[in-house]
Amino acid sequence: MSISPEQAQAYWKENLRIIVTYLAVWFVVSYGCGILFVDQLDAIQFFGFPLGFWFGQQGSIFVFVILIWMYVASMNKLDEKYDVHE
Amino acid sequence: MSLDLLTYLFIGGSFALYIGIAIWARAGSTKEFYVAGGGVPPIANGMATAADWMSAASFISLAGLISFVGRDGSAYLMGWTGGYVLLALLLAPYLRKFGKFTVPDFVGDRYGSNLARTIAVVCTIVISFTYVAGQMRGVGIVFSRYLHVDINTGVIVGMAIVFFYAVLGGMKGITYTQVAQYCVLILAFTVPAFFLSAQITGHFLPQFGLGATLESGQSVLATLDQLSVDLGFAQYTAGKKSTIDIFFLTIALMCGTAGLPHVIVRFFTVPRVKDARTTGGYALIFIALLYTAVPGVAGFGRVNLIQEINGPQNAGTEYAEMPSWFKNWENAGLLGWNDRNGDGKVQYAAGAAFDGKKGKPAFTEERGEHGQRIASNAKADASFDSAKQPFANEVYVDRDIMVLANPEIANLPAWVIALVAAGAVAAALSTAAGLLLVISTAISHDLMKKTINPNITDKQELMYARLAAIVAICIAGYFGINPPGFVAQVVALAFGIACASVFPTLMLGIFYKRMNTQGAIAGMLVGLISTVGYMWYFVFGGGNSADYFMGISPGGFGTVGMILHFIVAVVVANMTPPPSEEMQQIVEDLRIPRGAGTAHAH
Repeated sequence: MSISPEQAQAYWKENLRIIVTYLAVWFVVSYGCGILFVDQLDAIQFFGFPLGFWFGQQGSIFVFVILIWMYVASMNKLDEKYDVHE
Repeated sequence: MSLDLLTYLFIGGSFALYIGIAIWARAGSTKEFYVAGGGVPPIANGMATAADWMSAASFISLAGLISFVGRDGSAYLMGWTGGYVLLALLLAPYLRKFGKFTVPDFVGDRYGSNLARTIAVVCTIVISFTYVAGQMRGVGIVFSRYLHVDINTGVIVGMAIVFFYAVLGGMKGITYTQVAQYCVLILAFTVPAFFLSAQITGHFLPQFGLGATLESGQSVLATLDQLSVDLGFAQYTAGKKSTIDIFFLTIALMCGTAGLPHVIVRFFTVPRVKDARTTGGYALIFIALLYTAVPGVAGFGRVNLIQEINGPQNAGTEYAEMPSWFKNWENAGLLGWNDRNGDGKVQYAAGAAFDGKKGKPAFTEERGEHGQRIASNAKADASFDSAKQPFANEVYVDRDIMVLANPEIANLPAWVIALVAAGAVAAALSTAAGLLLVISTAISHDLMKKTINPNITDKQELMYARLAAIVAICIAGYFGINPPGFVAQVVALAFGIACASVFPTLMLGIFYKRMNTQGAIAGMLVGLISTVGYMWYFVFGGGNSADYFMGISPGGFGTVGMILHFIVAVVVANMTPPPSEEMQQIVEDLRIPRGAGTAHAH
């Protein structure tokens, strides 16, 4: 373990920021679009779906997949930056 | 070739494949048995995770559920996929770095307490057993319907197969069989979905098909809304549950998913922290292939079901002219017809056709004048609300038959039907095997080795693991043959416990360095007791739904239990001494990916 405690702190902080950012998107898409504002969004038609219904049953799942892969990429970059990758 | 022969061929062929893989991947050490030696490539692990996760409930029940409840089913679709975001971002990389075999192992070592470990073992075993009972039942249903054997024989055959590769191969055998099972189950789900979608909408992908426009000029969903309302049902795309209830249910399902021990353990099988994150990504892709097809299958199935039963004039169909699928499922006891208005026609609309809970028919051995099965609880009167629907409902449809019956209802080729049967069995067996492994590990590793007798050798521990797996299979089989009448409620309980006690304690262990033994134990107990107590009171204790706390149904209460867990744990931890320097250093360490090594026992 060659990383200094300060470096480890900085790494952890950036790591938390990445997590919070992606979880914010995760929350907005599923709980926001799929549940809280679903009735308002349903007024909009989207490829034959009411938009809120689409987010609840399809869209949120697509976004989840994209989110995880973006997180993987961000973390791999962060690991390289702090030289903590394996 | 006849359907029977094809089904035997598909199921028999898949079984031969699983057994072949099990023999090839036998486990020699505890490490191979518990975490497949820690060297599984992420893409294979992603497939195995997906197969592990997608149980008989996902394969058989989910589309049926959505078919009948419409938009409110979103909670399950989002909950059971969104949990993977939590897993990949919040738990998997750190748990992998910590480098243990099991969830109780992490809890016991992080909090330095065998009491904490034992609570986690109890949670693990309760969650896994409630889950596994449903899987064995699923195998039994498929066998009885397609292979015309007794449900009990079906359960025993299923037990024998799982016994073979779980007991011999451990995690190594299970992982590679699950890869094969994933391939079988995803083909079995998507191929009929393509057929259905193409048949109804002209689009091959059900993800697009559900939004497509039909010949009538209406979209599929608009047609569904229309059909539903005409028959007195609620609109398909409108929600019936309150927003707060759906909100809490979705959180409980997501955090519950992230806290399921048999899913978490899959992340211990990869070589590096990086691979644990990637596994989450692959797993969700493979899961999403099925989950995004589910709403389409549910919608098309619903349209087909209504139109096939009520006929083109929407006036019902003579029983004598009903297609063979109707009678087959009636014989299997999952469909029922009660000719309430005596016109000899089968008519489907809102309302129950049979008395009693959920309107499920209690069939006798007798047959009626048209050859239909007679139930002792058939509703005698033919009253209905003529302002809302054209006729009284005469049909009982078990939600669980939708996926299995869909290909028959749509008249798809026999090989598709045989494939669906093999897929349903694969889904049930892969999940059952993963769960049994978690149960046996919890007993041999966390109870025997870590709590009761630390001096046993690797060989002895492996023997205990196999013994525990054998006992667990027998108990699971017993529940499959004598299913408790409350399987559905108990599954909600499994998610509630995972959400209220496992998930928060793992989160705190990673993200809150100050969390100590006392706080963790208090938190787990509060989460566990409040959730189980609430569910018990409202499901078995005769509690009235008017008394729900803030209108939250038992399924969503795990979220409240989780919030209580967080609060109590943090308060108690701050009133008691902080964890040792050494432990705080270990927590610092698990946050940095480098140097994970492979999973080890310390």
